[in-house]
Amino acid sequence: MTFEYAPAPESRAIVDIKAKYGHFIDGKFLPGKKHFATINPATEEILSQISLGGASDVDKAVAAAQKAYTKTWSKLSGKERGKYLYRIARILQERAREFAVLETLDNGKPIRETRDIDIPLVAAHFFYHAGWADKLDYAGLGKSPQPHGVAGQIIPWNFPLLMLAWKVAPALATGNTVVLKPAENTSLTALLFAEVCQQAELPDGVVNIVTGDGSTGAAIVNHPGIHKIAFTGSTEVGKKIARAIAGTNKKATLELGGKGANIVFDDAPLEETVEGIVNGIFFNQGHVCCAGSRLILQEGIADELIEKLKVRMAKIRVGDPLDKNTDLGAINSREQLSKIQELTSAGDAEGAERWSPACNLSAKGFWFAPTIFTGVTQAHRIAREEIFGPVLSILTFRTPQEAIEKANNTPFGLSAGVWSEKGSRILWATQQLRAGVVWANTFNKFDPASPFGGYKESGWGREGGKHGLAAYLKEGK
Amino acid sequence: MSFYGIVDGTESSLKHFLAQLPGVDQVGADARAAMLATRSIKTTSKRWAIDTAISMVDLTTLEGADTAGKVRALCSKAVRPDPTDQTVPSVGAICVYNDMVAIARTHLDAIGGKHVPVAAVSTAFPSGRASMAVKIQDTQDAIDAGAAEIDMVIDRGAFLSGEYGLVFDEIVKIREVCGDRAHLKVIFETGELVTYDNVRKASYLAMLAGADFIKTSTGKVAPAATPPVVLVMLEAVRDFYQMTQRRIGVKPAGGIRNTKDAIKQLVLVNETAGPEWLTPEYFRIGASALLNDLLMQRMKMDDGYYASPNYVTID
Amino acid sequence: MASSKKSSTNKSAPRLEVKKTYKLFINGAFPRSESGRVYEVSASKGAFIANPCLASRKDLRDAVVAARAAQSGWAKATAYNRGQILYRIAEMLEGRADQFASEIALASGVTPKKAHDEVLAAIDRWVWYAGWSDKLSAAFGATNPVSGPYYNFTIPEPQGVIAVAPAENFLALIDAIAPAIVSGNTVVALVPGSAAIAAMSFAEVLATSDLPAGVINILTGSHDELAPWAASHMDIDGFDISGIDKKKRTELKVAGAENLKRIHNFDGAISPSRIYAFMEAKTVWHPIGV
Repeated sequence: MTFEYAPAPESRAIVDIKAKYGHFIDGKFLPGKKHFATINPATEEILSQISLGGASDVDKAVAAAQKAYTKTWSKLSGKERGKYLYRIARILQERAREFAVLETLDNGKPIRETRDIDIPLVAAHFFYHAGWADKLDYAGLGKSPQPHGVAGQIIPWNFPLLMLAWKVAPALATGNTVVLKPAENTSLTALLFAEVCQQAELPDGVVNIVTGDGSTGAAIVNHPGIHKIAFTGSTEVGKKIARAIAGTNKKATLELGGKGANIVFDDAPLEETVEGIVNGIFFNQGHVCCAGSRLILQEGIADELIEKLKVRMAKIRVGDPLDKNTDLGAINSREQLSKIQELTSAGDAEGAERWSPACNLSAKGFWFAPTIFTGVTQAHRIAREEIFGPVLSILTFRTPQEAIEKANNTPFGLSAGVWSEKGSRILWATQQLRAGVVWANTFNKFDPASPFGGYKESGWGREGGKHGLAAYLKEGK
Repeated sequence: MSFYGIVDGTESSLKHFLAQLPGVDQVGADARAAMLATRSIKTTSKRWAIDTAISMVDLTTLEGADTAGKVRALCSKAVRPDPTDQTVPSVGAICVYNDMVAIARTHLDAIGGKHVPVAAVSTAFPSGRASMAVKIQDTQDAIDAGAAEIDMVIDRGAFLSGEYGLVFDEIVKIREVCGDRAHLKVIFETGELVTYDNVRKASYLAMLAGADFIKTSTGKVAPAATPPVVLVMLEAVRDFYQMTQRRIGVKPAGGIRNTKDAIKQLVLVNETAGPEWLTPEYFRIGASALLNDLLMQRMKMDDGYYASPNYVTID
Repeated sequence: MASSKKSSTNKSAPRLEVKKTYKLFINGAFPRSESGRVYEVSASKGAFIANPCLASRKDLRDAVVAARAAQSGWAKATAYNRGQILYRIAEMLEGRADQFASEIALASGVTPKKAHDEVLAAIDRWVWYAGWSDKLSAAFGATNPVSGPYYNFTIPEPQGVIAVAPAENFLALIDAIAPAIVSGNTVVALVPGSAAIAAMSFAEVLATSDLPAGVINILTGSHDELAPWAASHMDIDGFDISGIDKKKRTELKVAGAENLKRIHNFDGAISPSRIYAFMEAKTVWHPIGV
């Protein structure tokens, strides 16, 4: 008796993708030049044409943001700013399904995740920050902290709309205006968000969206009219930005890469731990900066847990992201797929043992089966370099101290996980771990009230919570 | 007696075994159950799930006001849930109090329902508060009257006060009474056990003591068969099979009121214990109102429009 | 509610309004006072407006039972959820702003412009409080650097059931209720005099919102009669007496001492300390050790 799940596709009819997009500047959609195709990574179908923003587009956008800041936004009370953000939050809730489908088409991630995780968090971010707009005196930054002015924001392709929310909501709540560049692979939900700004009657120029590639991003970073930069992306580009702004007055927050260690002690709640490991590395196809990509397993339970993990992985449903029962969607791009293939080949070459469940992968689109490597040591490339895919490297430890040392032995410091039923052990581990986010007996949990960001080469600053406001404000008296 | 070679029948051996079971993280278990509840079961798989669920229903009446007439009506419904549609399968079993067993068995045999077993609740159901002698007699009476399945309750008071040996011994004794004439389901009353750790412990305790099925609830106490509770029990039977090569069944009872709930249970089975459990031999659903909702959903799938309670029979 | 507008000019008699009956709001329902009593509210120029219920101590007793029953569920809701429920109430108030303004103008005698300003200020105030639900830990919580291998944190929690006795106007009612419930307390509000008129429309908004029954209960009537009963009630945890005559406050505080009720009056300053006044701080220790 097998229980096959019949196809359960979410309908695409709810989205209306234009053939071509320009930029959203000063409250209007302007035509762009130099278009490039954006595709659905699950099918390689072309979804639309996106404009490659150049220096003049960035100039226009920064000017609009500056004008909006000076003439309108800085003159509004926090109470009124907050109301715009509440409106945006509510409209996002109203149009939630539309955004979820569009994000799935553009990014390749499953509809279950966009519908149940990404989009609800997006609305929550705006809702949470709306409430801060008129309470900044209580943010721990003195009385009347002031915004910087115009923020330049560059976001990645792994959580397109959520990363937009993480950037735009606090920037606006604190009184800044914004020029935002979405990732070139995933610009569609940002462009649809511009419509929400119009529906919310957000004053012109408060939010500006300029699409493009790395050169567009560089134009934003280097623009003299940008006072504050917020970047989420690779550590490599983060370092470029740090170099570029050295010696200027520009402030920057950087949210970069990671190689999160997920430590499992032998007294962990085993079943839920397996679930947490799966969620930690296969959620969002592993395209997660804070992914639990290194499993550091107490030797005594390693065999038992790896067996359970394999049984569980065989149940992961890989396939059409628009099918409501899909767990693992498409890899976001051909480039990313090549990177994953390169690093996993290195894993094989360096002597780690690869395992994946049997998967029926479509010939079209970019796909990678959920994969684990056992017999991994710290020296392996797959233990040191961020793969950014559904690949888990498994190492073992004997003593708690050894687990911590291995976990911390990385230039990254974004996230870590600890699994144990013993409270004091969890708190001891969290105290030792050099990571900006530590999850105990859970993983990949996000909330607008919970600050997120990394130690060391995982970046500068925090997003979310009271701590996340600091980056967008100058301390008051 | 050998308890799969895992415990030796003493309380200390049992306590030792139960103590080394990994704990259940409540939040994690809830999250896993909630995620599985998002599965979208449509078209052909939904149709299959509905028929499978019907065949797994233990159609139940356990009221003080039960009469011969009520039980006979239930039996008719059990054999032919929809008199206008012969393709609807019979249910998994009839479940009644032990003094109704003979009536049920006779009537079932008379109406072409020889293939439908009669399950009897036993051991001072639902409270479990009576002497061992009474519990044994209760069980014996039911089997003599024709019950092929016994649904016993554990002594929750003993369990909650840590007297695992007592709980274990009672199950062993009732299993002896069942012999090879009846299969034994052991009811935990998970709403009273409260924690998932207790549910896991009770699962292993019952299986080691000889249960053929582990069952969530009497249906008299809420919460009953919540998805995380069923999840923990399915994990236990899965792992027990790994350890012993013996497949134990699971029966959620109580709170499964409509087709959506029933399909969620089947998804839990499918993705936890596995498809080998997706048969009435290893999975039953204790319910009464559920059957009509399954029938209405079945009608809607066949006819293409929404059904009405007027078109299904009451029992 | 008597209309202050005439119908359009036509020869036949103006359309007769369907007037509202004023009840109490307890546990999400609208019962009359068990005492059967009412009191008359007239417009500033003397025209009859309505007979709101004159709540009795037994109504207060019932309201406290309802508030207590609702409190643990309300406190267990996530802060985000509470914030959203409160924000949606503001959306409904905004939609009814004209109704509230005309009721306030009629009952209190202020100009329509002043009444409108008061309503909009009240809505904005409500939104301000709604936004605090998920920021209270940031403002009033802490992790504490104790000397020893312990993780030590302080979290603010709601106290339970709070009685409020605001002054006789709509803004004061909002200002008393919102800070009490945003953190997870439930409220019994004693609404005096002509403030009953707008308070009843407010209750209608609450009844059709997502606010669970019993979280806010509204008793219209006399402060003099009800406040002492609230002050001495052993199952009320806090009491906001900002609207009570200054001369009568001491005796309430004396009565409240019986269960060490947290009794406060606020001088109109808008601050989150008004929220914190009805919260407790819980500090937890947990060893850190392998």
